[in-house]
Amino acid sequence: MTEIESALDPILAKYHRDPTALLQILRDAQDLSGWISPEIRAAAASALAIAPTRIDSLTRFYAHLYDAPRGKYRILFSDNITDRMAGSVALMELMLKKLKLERGKLSADGLVSIDFTSCTGMCDQGPALLVNNLPATRLTARRIDEICGLIRAGAPLDQWPAEFFQVEDHIRRADLLLGAPKKRGEAIRAALALGAQGFLDELEKSNLRGRGGAGFPTALKWRSCRDAPGEKRFVVCNADEGEPGTFKDRVLLQSFAATLFEGMALAALVTGAQKGFLYLRGEYSFLRAPLEATLAEMRRENLLGATIGGAKNFDFDIDIHMGAGAYVCGEETALIESLEGKPGRPRIRPPFPVTHGYLGFPTLVNNVETFCNAAAIATIGAAAYASRGTKQSTGTKILSVSGDCQRPGLYEYPFGVTIAQVLEDCGAPDVGAVQVGGAAGNCLIPEEFGRRIAFEDQPTAGAFMVFANRRDPIEAARNFAHFFAHESCGFCTPCRVGTSLVAGMIDKIAAGHGAQYEFLDLKRLHDILRASSHCGLGQAAMLALGDMMQKFKPAFERRLITRDFEPDFDLDAALARARELAGRDDAAAHLGEDI
Amino acid sequence: MSDSDSSFTLDGRIIAFAPGQTILAAATAAGVYIPHLCAHPDFPPHGSCKLCTVTVNGRDGSACTIQAAPGQEVRSDTPELHEIRRVLLQMLFVEGNHFCPGCEKSGRCKLQALAYEIEMLSPHFVQFFPHREIDASHPEFFLDFNRCIMCELCVRASRDVDGKNIFALAGRGRESHIIVNSPSGKLGDTDFAATDKAAEVCPVGAILRKEIGFATPIGARLYDHAPISRVDLAGQEK
Repeated sequence: MTEIESALDPILAKYHRDPTALLQILRDAQDLSGWISPEIRAAAASALAIAPTRIDSLTRFYAHLYDAPRGKYRILFSDNITDRMAGSVALMELMLKKLKLERGKLSADGLVSIDFTSCTGMCDQGPALLVNNLPATRLTARRIDEICGLIRAGAPLDQWPAEFFQVEDHIRRADLLLGAPKKRGEAIRAALALGAQGFLDELEKSNLRGRGGAGFPTALKWRSCRDAPGEKRFVVCNADEGEPGTFKDRVLLQSFAATLFEGMALAALVTGAQKGFLYLRGEYSFLRAPLEATLAEMRRENLLGATIGGAKNFDFDIDIHMGAGAYVCGEETALIESLEGKPGRPRIRPPFPVTHGYLGFPTLVNNVETFCNAAAIATIGAAAYASRGTKQSTGTKILSVSGDCQRPGLYEYPFGVTIAQVLEDCGAPDVGAVQVGGAAGNCLIPEEFGRRIAFEDQPTAGAFMVFANRRDPIEAARNFAHFFAHESCGFCTPCRVGTSLVAGMIDKIAAGHGAQYEFLDLKRLHDILRASSHCGLGQAAMLALGDMMQKFKPAFERRLITRDFEPDFDLDAALARARELAGRDDAAAHLGEDI
Repeated sequence: MSDSDSSFTLDGRIIAFAPGQTILAAATAAGVYIPHLCAHPDFPPHGSCKLCTVTVNGRDGSACTIQAAPGQEVRSDTPELHEIRRVLLQMLFVEGNHFCPGCEKSGRCKLQALAYEIEMLSPHFVQFFPHREIDASHPEFFLDFNRCIMCELCVRASRDVDGKNIFALAGRGRESHIIVNSPSGKLGDTDFAATDKAAEVCPVGAILRKEIGFATPIGARLYDHAPISRVDLAGQEK
């Protein structure tokens, strides 16, 4: 065995040399040297008897897998608009300058690389970055200085000050879910007392709807999965919380994990599944060890494993499956593809996962918050649960509040709360807009702040980003546009090409070169992406932009030039190289406005 | 079974379908053309190019993936849908490097033929001008990725028919690209052969035969005689 083969062997053994676990194998293998080297690629492909292209198709799809060296310290600045508003761009530039680096390039000594990554879910404590998958929060110029010192000294991460990596819960308003953690096992015992059918009836009476944003009735989903023909079934928790501005699942995973796992066990009780997966986004790798510990405790307490709670035939256990930097995996069929060790490209629906999911078996996929709600319903009963919220949206909703407010963090309200109430509670007096539901959500302006958070009014998966009046909506639009262009899986034409076209047009407008021509093109693309994209990512990619263009029309129009059109080819920029060679940068070396 | 149990309407016309057929398959069988690129009668539905977007009972979707169902009201020939298709074609044109006048596939290329069919007069959007390699390592074929439209027909043909798994789609977003499964990443190091299904399915000029060039002069080629809407319905998809 070569050195690489023997290093790889325990990883392959851990996953039983199963190609379905390819993404997990590559994530672990990457920890050996910080990247998937040609040697690792060849050794893994040969050991798993798969084509090396299968490895390439993953390393080139998942943003946090690398087919080139990225350094001993891999720094990724979170690039949500809230990080930007908190000064992330200047902090990154400071770090690049201090370490004499270019963004995205590995330092000559192979020590460090610095780049952006999509929102890391630390919006209430940003600006944030990931160093080798570990989140560092509340960055300041001083802290950047300290980090640069530690990197130059080659200090291992476990010797960095622990407060750098402190992740706060910031629970500002608690209700059913975020109050004191429930007594462990209470939900499972209550559901067992009702029986599988009895609990499903209770779930139906509660009128619980999926918290991922779409609001599908949970009991109906659970029943469909139970009734679908199949030798076995799977329960999957979608903890791929990638929507920019959302971080409530991170807190539920960090502080209420047992409730979540109990909720998954309830789903197993109802559907008859024996195996569950927690699909955890790569950015939350730091939560893996504590989650594994909670799982181990629950196994010891007979809340997972064989004959749970002493009930015959109630066998269920949960594996944690890591993502690796792909927002699209929050789409349930893309998530299942990823679980199967493939790139996360959404499947054709129907068939839906409840009939054809993981490995083709009936699979129930729910959001973290949905499972926690199911556990709460078992504990307090459907009647007490449904007394909260509105008729069509029962229970509570956790909002991840960030941006321009005094008290960012988690706010759990009964459904029906107005935007204005949330703004008052979080301390946001001078608000120009609120982005509800993340980059794929809606942009609301003050005259809409009477609207209510509810499936029948303003639905949301939980993101609530506040923008003060002084903020430029075009900066938010640009940030979202680049996010979608970066996260498009590339499967369908409208999303693969359209999101890049949109990003280019907004850049052009922001740079003062856009005309009505681009403005009208954006409107056209808005309709086309929504109508023809393969999945929700493309369909929602221009939702916020459409809102902003309509509601902040003057802000856009101020930036548009009065001419009908300006070409994309910038003659003056094209002369940059010539100026560089001539050593000139004076006014006469530039083309004037009249060209 | 009455007619309405096994038929839907397409732009007002009644189309009969067999159980399990997609809207596209049923329409094609009935002699009605719905534009498409990634769909192929020999392969299961794929649904990536979105050229076959139609409106089914008021909702937009891909005719190649939606199962035909009794009583569906399908619209395909509308100005709105033609506008969507025209823009999708423009996207495909600006995404790659498509220089029709110098392309051996000109006149037999579905992308080009559809652009004529749908009256795409210009690419309209900013060209991406991507840098893509040409792979001429194989003795009989060369790959010109400049013309690839990511339909994955070669991927599917090589995997599902030839059993060789020579091609795969890698990357994401605009970085998506086809890769070749060999240690060097070159086609010459695979067992790709002229008799492979994958050798004949490319709708554009990304997989081309060597040594045979312009044997049929431009002007006398497949889509030079008749538009793609008629040629493909006549079953001459080659």
